[in-house]
Amino acid sequence: MQVAMRRVYLDNNATTPVLPGVLEAMQPYFGERFGNASSIHHHGQETRAAVERARESVAALLGCRASEIVFTSGGTEADNLAIFGLTKPGQHVISSTVEHHAVLNSCKHLEASGCEVTYVPVDGQGQVDPDGVRRALRPNTRIITIMMANNETGVLQPVEEIGSIAAEADVYFHTDAVQAAGKIAIDVKRMGCDLLSISGHKMNAPQGVGALYVRKGTTLRPMLFGGSHERSRRAGTENVPGIVALGKAAELAREAFAHGDIEQMSRMRDHLEETILSEVESTGVNGRGAPRVPNTSSIHFDCIEGEALVIALDLKGLAVSTGAACSSGAIEPSHVLTAMGMSPERARGTLRFSLGKQNTDEDIEFALSLISPTVARLRELSPVYNKIAASS
Amino acid sequence: MSQTRTIAVAMSGGVDSSTVAAMLRAEGHNVVGLTMQLWNQRRLAGHEGMPEAVQGRCCSLDDVYDARRVAETIGIPYYVVNHEERFERDVVRPFVEQYLSGRTPIPCSLCNNHLKFDQLLIVAQQIGAEALATGHYARVEFDEGLGRWLLKRPTDRSKDQTYFLFGLTQAQLSRTLFPLGGMMKPEVRELAREHGLALAQKPDSQEICFVPGGDYKKFLDAYLAEQGESLPDTAGELVTTDGEIVGEHGGIHNFTVGQRKGLGIATGSPLYVIQIKGDARQVVVGNQEELYTRTLRIHRTNLIAVEELREPMRVTVKIRHRHEGASALIEKSADDEILVSFDQPQRAVAPGQAAVFYDDDVVVGGGWIA
Repeated sequence: MQVAMRRVYLDNNATTPVLPGVLEAMQPYFGERFGNASSIHHHGQETRAAVERARESVAALLGCRASEIVFTSGGTEADNLAIFGLTKPGQHVISSTVEHHAVLNSCKHLEASGCEVTYVPVDGQGQVDPDGVRRALRPNTRIITIMMANNETGVLQPVEEIGSIAAEADVYFHTDAVQAAGKIAIDVKRMGCDLLSISGHKMNAPQGVGALYVRKGTTLRPMLFGGSHERSRRAGTENVPGIVALGKAAELAREAFAHGDIEQMSRMRDHLEETILSEVESTGVNGRGAPRVPNTSSIHFDCIEGEALVIALDLKGLAVSTGAACSSGAIEPSHVLTAMGMSPERARGTLRFSLGKQNTDEDIEFALSLISPTVARLRELSPVYNKIAASS
Repeated sequence: MSQTRTIAVAMSGGVDSSTVAAMLRAEGHNVVGLTMQLWNQRRLAGHEGMPEAVQGRCCSLDDVYDARRVAETIGIPYYVVNHEERFERDVVRPFVEQYLSGRTPIPCSLCNNHLKFDQLLIVAQQIGAEALATGHYARVEFDEGLGRWLLKRPTDRSKDQTYFLFGLTQAQLSRTLFPLGGMMKPEVRELAREHGLALAQKPDSQEICFVPGGDYKKFLDAYLAEQGESLPDTAGELVTTDGEIVGEHGGIHNFTVGQRKGLGIATGSPLYVIQIKGDARQVVVGNQEELYTRTLRIHRTNLIAVEELREPMRVTVKIRHRHEGASALIEKSADDEILVSFDQPQRAVAPGQAAVFYDDDVVVGGGWIA
């Protein structure tokens, strides 16, 4: 009797579906082409070639050489490898207050093990002031790690300016580009970064694969010890299907840029945003004044618990989130939004809409048809909203 | 099959609420499972006197896991909603403060009033559910004649939870379902088994959910230490009912009315805690007979079966969850105060506990013992 329900997924910053072309590319490497890429024989040669082709494809997406790409298990491992691979006790690290937990908690761990970390604040739009980074420099500063695009708001950081500051000061610059890869063009040379993390599942490859760009000449202390895989920078037999998928996803991402798919996504996001702002009162877009990736919209709905709104929408077939996937169910309001100066109440009433390559105009219309009435029902039942409405 | 409704079920990960979800689903309703995340057991883990690892039952990952498994088995959407902040403000803090002032709090009633049937009921309505069902053993019925929603004792008297539910308002009752009210516990377990729920034999929870092992004194120490507060010095005198000082005590929070052990004084006849005078930091002790009182006053009352107590009424009063109930006359004695006069004096009436009034099966109302 169960009727299949229409479901629209606008939570692509949490994870993305594997594109059909990507799935097709990786599939042979589970079965017929199963070899260990380190093996001498035919089977090994076959997978080795596939891994290296993928490396070239990822390098082409980032504007670097293939030899500068280290495959990892994902964005978190890439961030950890960059941060722990370069620092030792007594050194100073510069980061920001809006980093993903993969960077933030790595920095916290560094602090606990004898490093000092400066967290540069952001302005009301969620951007780091490059001068703030410059002022944070110390003689013993080893690395600056500041993200390229924020996962909750989509706000872009001034990475090129930060890159020049790092170059002048002769310190390493790492950027977590997990939410930027595939959404905006990345050129590691122009950004002047030494290390850059990406994650497969945020760009239509599967979960469990990622990569770290490591500029030639950078000596990283490995975190995993074992064989001499990945030029001794990351031990462990390669996840060949995952790596092949990441390579294919990088190729499709470049094609999408060329096709203008990103402008299309940006247009859909703007339409979603503008319609919500005009139809629903007491709302606003977080970080709207800053440059953002084209797929993300962080919107606050005042006097609403974001958690209840996410559930109510999910029951109607629309998947969105309150913020980072990992912080739902947590008591703390988003550290990103509060760092932007937002009140905890407003932060808790924020929803993140993030579009993906699979989304269509119909998806956006479906989402819009649900949001306004659902918000109205929640507000009707909100003691806070009724109090405010009564007094105005 | 009755009419299809959208019903939220408060799922704790235990047998009772899991069975409720399975029953309602089998009846064809649109069921949404909700678990409240109320307390982070990790917060106090490792504090002095607290277990290193998380052991408590409340909001443990195991319970959420069990609830999620049930939701998956019966095929319903399931969500965890976080109400830790409100729980701490409305349940944990008052619990701590009541103990520190020498009273004996019941956090379960506070949780029902402020979380389950307030916050969670609002969430249930917000997500489009008409009603909230729980695994409580109680019954709710609309009485046409009275034009009121009634709270009634369940069929399984040994599981009766109405004592903790006296605070429910008419609006709350009108949107609440207690599907286990007409069932015996063994039937519930049997039904859980029939529905293929792996947790059919899971033991019942007994203790206060956020106090591991039920040792509330250790909990107080650990919680205050975590908050950077110290246990206030409430050491003082042990006095008799005549005011004679017979000894000293280390702090009023170590005592509850009716307690006999741990008084630290040896006398011929056994002594009991009769009263705790928080302001004077005195613990009044006396013999068995002095523990009995004929009257008590309650405040912060909630009436269910009647709108107002216009004239004195004969009821059965329970002054503790496990109290068998005693006949009494209740009458309004002041604004938001009811005077309870028992036919027979009652033993160990503890301020901070609730007095709940029954007319046979029907919960008339109740309030907090002053």
